Amino acid sequence: MPNMQMQKTPMPEQAADVRNKNFKEVALGYTLEQAQNEARRCLNCKNKPCVSGCPVGIPIPGFIEKVAEGDLAAAYKLLSDANALPAISGRVCPQETQCEGKCVRGIKGEPVSIGRLERFVADWAAENGVTNVETAPKNGHKCAVIGSGPAGLTCAGELARMGYDVTVFEAFHTPGGVLSYGIPEFRLPKAIVKREVANLEKMGVDVELNMVIGKVLTITEIFEMGYEAVFIASGAGLPMFMKIPGESLVGVYSANEYLTRINLMKAYKEDAPTPILHNKKVAVVGGGNVAMDAARCAKRLGADVHIVYRRSEAELPARAEEVHHAKEEGIVFDLLTNPVSIEGDEHNNVQSVTCIRMELGEPDASGRRRPVPIQGSEFKMEVDAVIMALGTSPNPMSYDGTPGLEKTRKGCVAADEHGCTSCPNIFAGGDAATGAATVILAMGAGKNAARSMDTYIKSKQ
Amino acid sequence: MKKYEIAVKKTLTPEIGQISVYAPLVAAKAKAGQFIILRVDEEGERIPLTVSSTSPDGLVTVIYQKIGASTMALDELGQGDCLHDFVGPLGIPTAVENVGRVAVLGGGLGCAIALPVARALHQAGNQVDLIAGFKTKDIVILEEEMSSACTDLHVCTDDGTYGYHGFVTGKLEELIQSGVKYDRVFAIGPLLMMKFACKLTEKYDIPTTVSMNPIMIDGTGMCGCCRLTVGGEVKFACVDGPDFDGHKVDFDEVIARNATYKDFEAKAKEKHLCRLKGGAN
Ligand SMILES: Cc1cc2nc3c(=O)[nH]c(=O)nc-3n(C[C@H](O)[C@H](O)[C@H](O)COP(=O)(O)OP(=O)(O)OC[C@H]3O[C@@H](n4cnc5c(N)ncnc54)[C@H](O)[C@@H]3O)c2cc1C
Ligand SMILES: Cc1cc2nc3c(=O)[nH]c(=O)nc-3n(C[C@H](O)[C@H](O)[C@H](O)COP(=O)(O)OP(=O)(O)OC[C@H]3O[C@@H](n4cnc5c(N)ncnc54)[C@H](O)[C@@H]3O)c2cc1C
Ligand code: SF4
Ligand code: FES
Repeated sequence: MPNMQMQKTPMPEQAADVRNKNFKEVALGYTLEQAQNEARRCLNCKNKPCVSGCPVGIPIPGFIEKVAEGDLAAAYKLLSDANALPAISGRVCPQETQCEGKCVRGIKGEPVSIGRLERFVADWAAENGVTNVETAPKNGHKCAVIGSGPAGLTCAGELARMGYDVTVFEAFHTPGGVLSYGIPEFRLPKAIVKREVANLEKMGVDVELNMVIGKVLTITEIFEMGYEAVFIASGAGLPMFMKIPGESLVGVYSANEYLTRINLMKAYKEDAPTPILHNKKVAVVGGGNVAMDAARCAKRLGADVHIVYRRSEAELPARAEEVHHAKEEGIVFDLLTNPVSIEGDEHNNVQSVTCIRMELGEPDASGRRRPVPIQGSEFKMEVDAVIMALGTSPNPMSYDGTPGLEKTRKGCVAADEHGCTSCPNIFAGGDAATGAATVILAMGAGKNAARSMDTYIKSKQ
Repeated sequence: MKKYEIAVKKTLTPEIGQISVYAPLVAAKAKAGQFIILRVDEEGERIPLTVSSTSPDGLVTVIYQKIGASTMALDELGQGDCLHDFVGPLGIPTAVENVGRVAVLGGGLGCAIALPVARALHQAGNQVDLIAGFKTKDIVILEEEMSSACTDLHVCTDDGTYGYHGFVTGKLEELIQSGVKYDRVFAIGPLLMMKFACKLTEKYDIPTTVSMNPIMIDGTGMCGCCRLTVGGEVKFACVDGPDFDGHKVDFDEVIARNATYKDFEAKAKEKHLCRLKGGAN
């Protein structure tokens, strides 16, 4: 008999007024008992609606059944065969719009907490030293991957499994892409990212750090080195600014800079050599995951934090859970509000941000109601820092100038859903091909591209 | 040789050191005006340094001023030690064309950065006046290298203990007034020196290239920390530069931005000095 409890089994987490002062993980994970209780809520539906919502096709009811039975090794095998980074996606996927959004139990209550179960199984495997790193015998062919975010790591893992020699070229000194520099420790502990990369290395993947492709090597030179196919997974890392007066004052950050200092460079730690400003009051502009992460980091560094977002609550693009957590932690939401200028003091330090109130008008191209300024509603907010979390666009450095490689109007690599580009031996996926999206879509793209690369290399023989 | 090994280390002055690092891929690509970013150890800050020269056996030479905690930590490494990270070449190389007669201005440590630029311009057929300024005679560096990289070397000291008595801008104006016609000026050094050099060349209507050194993290365009305003537009120094049209740069903005962390930096330096003293006892 399934467990007909309507709500998800709650997952223990740090209390809001404790966690908003530290960088330790917010959510603490299920115990075996809690996981089994939750697993028994699954109806094991024949048509598996949840699986259709999963970009990497995890056999969801299958692995959940194994959890219910207590056979965690079998659950991990099923999970990790389909998903190379389950401890990561279990923590950061927007499940509410994917698998859990399709779950039958969600019609009359809360869906099965697929994400929490995924995380539970992956953490169990790590704690017990269980891995899934078998590979086919080496086939003697070489592939290269540019970028070590979720798209690149997944593609590398899939190729290694098939027997390819894979080299991942990463610009930074740490692998992981956004998982390392963007998403904070309290949502995704960096030890987990390290562990997943170590597993790939066990499969024989060679990760070359400090390699800025386009500068130190071009894609053409990578082919000359004997690689037969290249996967571009360089993400969408270029920050955007609003182009309003005062944006270069001292104390105005892009979210990328703010988060990189904190997450990659560990500037939140007492004796880290990389500095970060410890502000009193911060305005974070934007309403996505990136804005929530920046706001929650600023809070943890001791600031009074306001999210400034030009649309209303319903349009906030961030995951529901992140908004909920941010509110619990005491972050104030100034909705229907948009900055028009930033003012500084005599030393060029940010002193205030002038905002204007907005109202929602007719729907725009995205289908959301367009925010329009309310004339004469300007007001000043006293702040000593402003963080711009307005979205990012692809950094073309690795692929610009590659002969025959087509780009989209937005500067992405033009690639189809199989990762194929205008060059038969070049593949692309993840944020570099789609613009800023999600971890799991990047992983799905990496997986598809690996298959296409395999097909391409076999077709040449 | 090991990856990122310090093959040669030299002390140029008590404040300035020079290292040649084994990084063959970087050495093969780097051109005048480009920079690298290094980290001393696993926790280290990312610090940008200009490529001073490269050699066919895979060495990249950089020259650093011990100005704060990270450059002091770098100086503690010796020959045979390895850097934790070394990435490059970053930035766009200096545009080296034969324009005729050029003046290259270097200020202090900036002379180390000016040297490869002067050399490249000289090799491209320009008549190069290299005007190198230092506070005082004792800290003049690279004199021999500089004199072989240009047509005429003019060393200046602020206190008049060696060469021309005064700032590089003074020497440049003297040369201009003596009738020399410059087709282009390159100014490389402290922000204030570049700002005043640009004021001067603007007066004489000489196109001027400056090499900007804002605070950086990644050096690949992803953080925006290095942004500056050039002709009213926001540019990222690490990917759009570091060279810019000096007459268009908003220097005061960069000067303010570079002071963002001065309290932190002062404390870090203090701590580092304490640790060094403690270690010696
Ligand atoms: C702060 C933040 C929070 C987010 N939160 C979530 C979340 O909760 N859930 C979710 O699903 N998604 C989230 N996202 C989005 C998600 O992280 C991205 O969609 C995903 O990481 C894209 O993966 P990717 O592999 O395509 O690129 P990235 O993760 O961006 O990785 C690209 C890698 O390529 C490297 N690279 C770039 N140029 C070069 C070059 N020239 N040479 C070599 N290497 C290069 C980069 O250094 C980087 O390591 C968040 C994003 C941010 C910024
Ligand atoms: C493109 C470029 C090329 C450079 N080339 C050289 C060079 O060839 N030789 C040399 O000695 N110095 C060079 N610099 C400056 C050098 O990077 C800084 O002096 C160094 O980072 C200072 O670190 P610190 O911890 O020792 O000192 P700190 O006490 O931390 O800083 C001293 C000053 O250096 C600047 N600075 C601090 N952190 C950074 C950073 N991450 N990036 C850039 N500047 C910073 C700030 O203005 C600060 O006030 C260059 C900078 C840039 C951007
Ligand atoms: S839809 Fe929900 S209940 Fe049905 S199999 Fe998937 S997780 Fe289980
Ligand atoms: S240093 Fe980060 S964008 Fe230039």
